[in-house]
Order: sequence, then structure tokens, then C-alpha cells
Amino acid sequence: MTTFTDPRAAAAAEPQPQPAGKIPEHRRRTFGQWFRHKGWRHVVGVVTTLFAVFPLIYVLSAALNSNGTMVGSNALFSQIDGGNFEALFTNPSRPFGRWFINTMVIGVVTSAATVFLGALAAYAFSRMRFTGRRFSLLTLLILQMFPQLLAVVAIFLMLNAITDIVPWLGLGSQLGLIMVYLGGALGVNTYLMYGFFNTVPKSLDEAARIDGASHVQVFFTIILPLVTPILAVVGLLAFIGLSSEFVIASVVLTDPDSQTLAVGLYSYVAQQRSENWGVFAAGAVLAAVPVMALFLFLQKYITNGLVAGSVKG
Amino acid sequence: MSTLAPPDRSATLPRKKPSSHSDSTFGLLVKITLLGLVDAFAVYVMITLFFQEKWLILIFAAAVTLLINWIYLRKGGLPAKYLAPGIFFLVLFQVFVMLYSGYVAFTNYGDGHNSTKADAVSAIQLSAQQRVPDSPAYRVSILERDGELHLLATDPDGDTSVGATGSPLEATDEAVTDSTGRAVELEGYRTLGFAEILTNQADILAVTVPFSNDPEDGSLKTSDGSSAYVYRPSLSFDEATSTFTNLETGATYTDSGEGSFTSADGEQLSTGWKVNVGFDNFAKAFSDQNIRGPLVQVVLWTFTFAIVSVLSTFALGLFLANAFNLSDLRGKRTYRILMILPYAFPAFLAGLVWSGLLNPEFGFVNNTFFGGADIPWLTDPLLAKVSVLVVNLWLGFPYMFLVCTGALQSLPEEVNEAARMDGASAWRTFTAIKLPLLLVSVAPLLIASFAFNFNNFNVIYMLTDGGPRFDNTTANVGHTDILITMVYEIAFGTGVGRDYGLASALSIIIFIIVAVISAISFRQTKALEDIN
Repeated sequence: MTTFTDPRAAAAAEPQPQPAGKIPEHRRRTFGQWFRHKGWRHVVGVVTTLFAVFPLIYVLSAALNSNGTMVGSNALFSQIDGGNFEALFTNPSRPFGRWFINTMVIGVVTSAATVFLGALAAYAFSRMRFTGRRFSLLTLLILQMFPQLLAVVAIFLMLNAITDIVPWLGLGSQLGLIMVYLGGALGVNTYLMYGFFNTVPKSLDEAARIDGASHVQVFFTIILPLVTPILAVVGLLAFIGLSSEFVIASVVLTDPDSQTLAVGLYSYVAQQRSENWGVFAAGAVLAAVPVMALFLFLQKYITNGLVAGSVKG
Repeated sequence: MSTLAPPDRSATLPRKKPSSHSDSTFGLLVKITLLGLVDAFAVYVMITLFFQEKWLILIFAAAVTLLINWIYLRKGGLPAKYLAPGIFFLVLFQVFVMLYSGYVAFTNYGDGHNSTKADAVSAIQLSAQQRVPDSPAYRVSILERDGELHLLATDPDGDTSVGATGSPLEATDEAVTDSTGRAVELEGYRTLGFAEILTNQADILAVTVPFSNDPEDGSLKTSDGSSAYVYRPSLSFDEATSTFTNLETGATYTDSGEGSFTSADGEQLSTGWKVNVGFDNFAKAFSDQNIRGPLVQVVLWTFTFAIVSVLSTFALGLFLANAFNLSDLRGKRTYRILMILPYAFPAFLAGLVWSGLLNPEFGFVNNTFFGGADIPWLTDPLLAKVSVLVVNLWLGFPYMFLVCTGALQSLPEEVNEAARMDGASAWRTFTAIKLPLLLVSVAPLLIASFAFNFNNFNVIYMLTDGGPRFDNTTANVGHTDILITMVYEIAFGTGVGRDYGLASALSIIIFIIVAVISAISFRQTKALEDIN
């Protein structure tokens, strides 16, 4: 999806067998030799891990410390309680619960629709030959280089105009936002799916066609079940991207009740960063957990996809 | 990016629709229902457009509806049936909005210039209201319906009428009057009590009920919720000459041709309208001192930021990939999981969390690592840039680590061995053999990463919000702003008035830069591939 063309979106593709590892050497060595061969790698590993992890530990500690302010959060894990989480869910002017639900609803609906639209297009590109096919594929490739957020001003003005005609699709409407996001539904997703669809042997659908199945039946009952992995990966990557999308959501959603986590949590610290720090940290932890869980769950596919993507070029 | 697979001619399917018997009735039913829903919505939209007299959009909507029906109702044309839904959204919210940006870039669209001239004229007439001297007092009651405040007015002759802001007074004889003859209640409305009037004073002050659709007739306003007076515009509009005249000073304001009314001595009425200004926005970007200075610095920093981000993340990622590309290293998996955590953490949160860590006064970094020093991580121009780069390194290196690990593992082992046989050192093997081979496969990803960082809004906006601000401009732009955050600031920022035209012009410039760079770099990678 072009809005969130994060390099990781260019990642997923079919898994690839890993090359066999090297044969381990078994020799007794002095510490110096060990250090030159392996030890420094551990030093690098520990240092990098600390760099990678300490902000996350910090935010977790701040979330659990109901002291609340930024200064109070500096002594890691000096105090552990759930006061911030309680404050997070009891502030009527900043309805965190609503933001969470909004983000989930917008994310799930958009990524489901994205997967469906992308799969329809990929089916056409993979299984049918028509004039303009190569041209369309190339156009998709080129279009995805221009992220939707570049046109955020025009998107705002267009939704503003739609408000006059169909108010429930215009500014402030989540449905309108979903529609805007769907503008990026083709693009890179179709590309990923297209590649995967091509790996499903065409003889399968030919056989089904001979047995009298219609093209719709072939699509739903034969192709889709066979390509579920890529559908899941595209859907989840889209979801992860959407949950971080700030620019368009901040322009479209004006009412606090309809906002997403990205817009809402920003508003928490936009003005008084240090006063609301503890509550913000609690919100950050809750917002990050589902995304990180999804990511780690998907890690294998994403990594394999990155590998495949980088190798194929 | 992934290569286009050459079309597989041998697998071309016969594209004949199978006999209609095999299409289940269920499928047909679904299709008709969906198409019916789409058409119903389209008709609803078109009726609304008809009543709003927006003919151009109406014709366009009708054409699109016809096209959709044609695609799904005709026999054959199967690919179009599968592609249409995605392409519909793509065209509307990706292609059209880009073209629309192009159009807006050539207008003065923005605060004070957001509608037609006719709208501007009536807005000016409404805003410049002054109480008519010796106007008769109307006794009023404040009514409420559906959250909107209405005035129920009893004129000096005892006739009653009702109206609200934007809906002119209408005579009514169904009002209930009290003993003094003042109308106090009307069916369908709720009358506000004294206490409510006190608490809603600001809203009541804002109620302006026109006598008719012509603003020159004046309107009723009340300040205390019990008596209202006649207000007339202090500026009178002459349609023949299209000029405003100030009734008190006699100054005339004429159409300047640039979307506003201007007096002879250069004074401008605050409300203007949208006109095409040609290349003015582009000219402004490159000549207006207030914009040009910051713009040059922002463009330079955008390139620096994108290039350094790609190089630093790639260097660290490649180094780590090399360090951990050893099959019998203990704890390799643990390191790997922990190191990719930043990549999984939502980027907007990362910016905000780091802004707290680096806060000069209260932040963890200054207070814990530097023993309470006041290092201005985010407020000193140079340090802020360094901070942004470090945070982006934190966010981006895991991706490069994963990519490089994959690419290294896919290099053929023989190459490595051959080099060792020839007596090449490990460093030389790496620079002369592994790196060039690696670059072939990761170069496209580096370009993609560059393009992504070029518009990496979240990190900048959340971490520094572009600050610290430039001091040579009134615009809310600062030392760490990149082009896309500058666009956002100009279009939606709180600093100065919103200027959609200028913001769009800047977006167009980003468009062109991205297009040129992508085109050149992809050609370069092709060349790289050919060499190998």
C-alpha cells in the first residue's frame, strides 16, 4: 500500500530454503584466539542489544510508575503499579479505549479490503491475458513510488468537498478515511500477490474449468485457499503499517472520539510532554503490544520475505 | 523491486465464458445485489448533486456509474471485472488527488481564499455587521431545536417570527405569548430558561438571524437574550461595479484580480476567494525571502537526512550481519530477536518516546547517562540533527540487518573459498568480492529505503516537530524539518494561516525530485546488474 510504503512492505514473498550452515570447527583455543574469532561478536551483540532495547525498557518502566512525570520516570522500575493505566482509561476528554477500538476497526476493515482488492487484481494479472496487462503492472509499480501522504492537502480538500455531498463519507468520517486508505490497496500488494499466485500451477484451475467451475468458483475455492499465506502476510503488514499512519488520519479525523491511537497519543504529549509522560507511556505500551506481537509472530515470514526480496532484486 | 515475470504464453487460458448454467444462481444473486447497492448509492449521490446544482461532478458521477454497470453487466471483459474495484479507489484516491494537488498548486487556495467570489461577498457582508442607530427593539425568546439556537422575535407591532443563523426569519402565528404580548414558546422547540441563557451567552451572542436571503436587508442580533436589534452590514456591495463601499469612511474596495477586495491605499478585506494564480506559488517558494531561505535549508537537510539514514543503517546492518553470520555462535537467535525489536515498535511511538529520553531538562539520557547535564539534544540545531539521525538509525538498522543477513547467506560459498585459496585477506574478500555481489541484490532496497526516508514524516514530526525553529522566517519551519513536514506545517500548521496552494506547490516539487531520483537510480541499478 503506497501510503505506508515502508521497506518492510516490500518484503513478504514465498519462503526460501536457507543455505546449509558452515561446518563448526572444534579446536581448543586460547582466550585471545577465541576473542578474535567469536568474543568480539558477543561484545558487539551485547552493545547493540542494549542500544536496541533500552528505550523499550524505559517506556515500560515509565508506564508502570504512577509517579507520572518525566523526571519521575528516570529511575527505572523504582515503583511498579497500574496507576497510569487506570488514568488512561478514565479520562473522558482523551478516550483511549475508543482510540484503541477505532484503530483496530479501521485497521482490520482496511487490511481485509486491501487483501481482497489486491487478490482480485492479482488473479486477473496472473491468470488472464489482456491488452494493457504489462502496462497496468508497470503503472502500479511506478505509482507506488509516490506515497499518498504527498497528496495529503488534496485529500483533505477532496474530503472537504465530499462532506457537502455525502456527510458520512467526508471529513471526520472513519469510513471516508478507510476509502482514502484503499486508494493504496493495489500497488505493492498486488505485486507481491501476483508473484505468489504465479506459483500456483495453472493446471489446477484448468482442471476445475473443465469440470465446469466458473471463474468465480475457481477464484474462491481453488486459488484463494492455496495462497492463504501471502494473503495473511499482506493483510498483517497492511495492518501494521496502518496502525502507525499519522498524517492522513490526523487531517481527516477531527473529533477525539473518532481518532486513532497515533493521532490520540500524539495529542497526549503534544502540549505538555513531561506532565503526561507516565500516562502516555502506559498508552504507548498498550498500543505497541499488539503490533509487536504480530510482528514477532510474523517474523519468520517477514525475514524470509526480505531475503527472497533482496535476492530476487 | 521484484522483476516482472515474462508473460507465460503457453499457459494462456481459453477466455470463453462457460455456459451460463454453470454460473450458480447464488452467484448471480450476489452480483445483482452488490451492483444494486452500488447503483442505489450512486443515485443518492446524484440526487444530492442535482439539488446542489453541481453539474460537472454530476456528469462525472453518472459516467462512472454507467461505466461500472457496463463492466459488470456485459458478457466477457472478465479482467475488467476483477480489476475495477481496486482501480476505482486507486484512480480516485491516488491518481486523482495527485492531479488535484497539481491544480491546487496553481491557485491561492487557503485561509481566507477557500470558496467562490459570491461566497466571499456574502461572508464579508455577514461579518461586517453594525447595529443600526435607533433600530426598534425586538423582544425575543431563545429557542433550541436539534442543538441549534433559534430566535423567536416579537416585533414592535406584536407580530412574531422565528429564525436562526443562516435561516431567515419566518413569520409564525402559532407562538404562545405571555401576558405582555411577548412570544415565549413555539411547538417543536424548547425555550431556554434564564439560567441556560446565562451559561450559553457566547453561543447566543453569535446567533445572527437575517431578515431575508439578501444580507443587505440586515439581521437581528441579541446580546442579553431578551431584546434584539437590527444590524446591517457596514460595507455595502455594488453588484454593477463589483465593489464594496465602507458606509462610514466612504472607502471603496475593488476586485484586485488576485482573489480579494483591495482599497486604493492597499488595504485588503480579510475574506477573499479562490482564483488561479499561475506560477505565483512556485515563484513565491523561490523568491519570497520568508520562504526561500528556509526552503533551501530544508531541501539540503532532506537530502542529508535521507542519504545519511540509508548509509548509516546499511553500514550498521551490514556490520552486524557479518558479525553474526557464523553458524556456531552461541546466543545468535537471542541477539537477533532483541535487535529487531525497534523495527517492530511503531515508528510514531518511537519518535515520541525518544523525545522524552532526549528531553534536555527531564530526559533519561541527560539525567542518567550524563549525570544531570543540560545537553540540548533537541533544541540545538546541530545536535537536533544528530539526534534525529541516531533515532532513525535505531529504527532502521534492524531492517538492514535482516536484509544483509539474507543476502550474505545466499552468496555462493565457492566464491569465498576461491578467494581464500588465492590468499586474499578476510577484509579484501569482503570489499572486493562479497560487497559488490551483495550490492547487486540490495541496491534496489537501498533506493526504496532512500525514497521512504525522503518522506519519513513520523520520525521528524514526533521527535522534534521540525524544531529548533529558523530565526530568519515567520513561518513555523525549523532546522530538522524535511520537505514533507514543511508541507504539513504550511497546510495544516497552527503558526500562520493555512496556505494550501503553496503547500501543494511544494508537494509537486517533492514529486518531481522523487520521480527523477527513482528514474536515475533504477537505471543505475540496471547498469550494475549488466556489469555483473
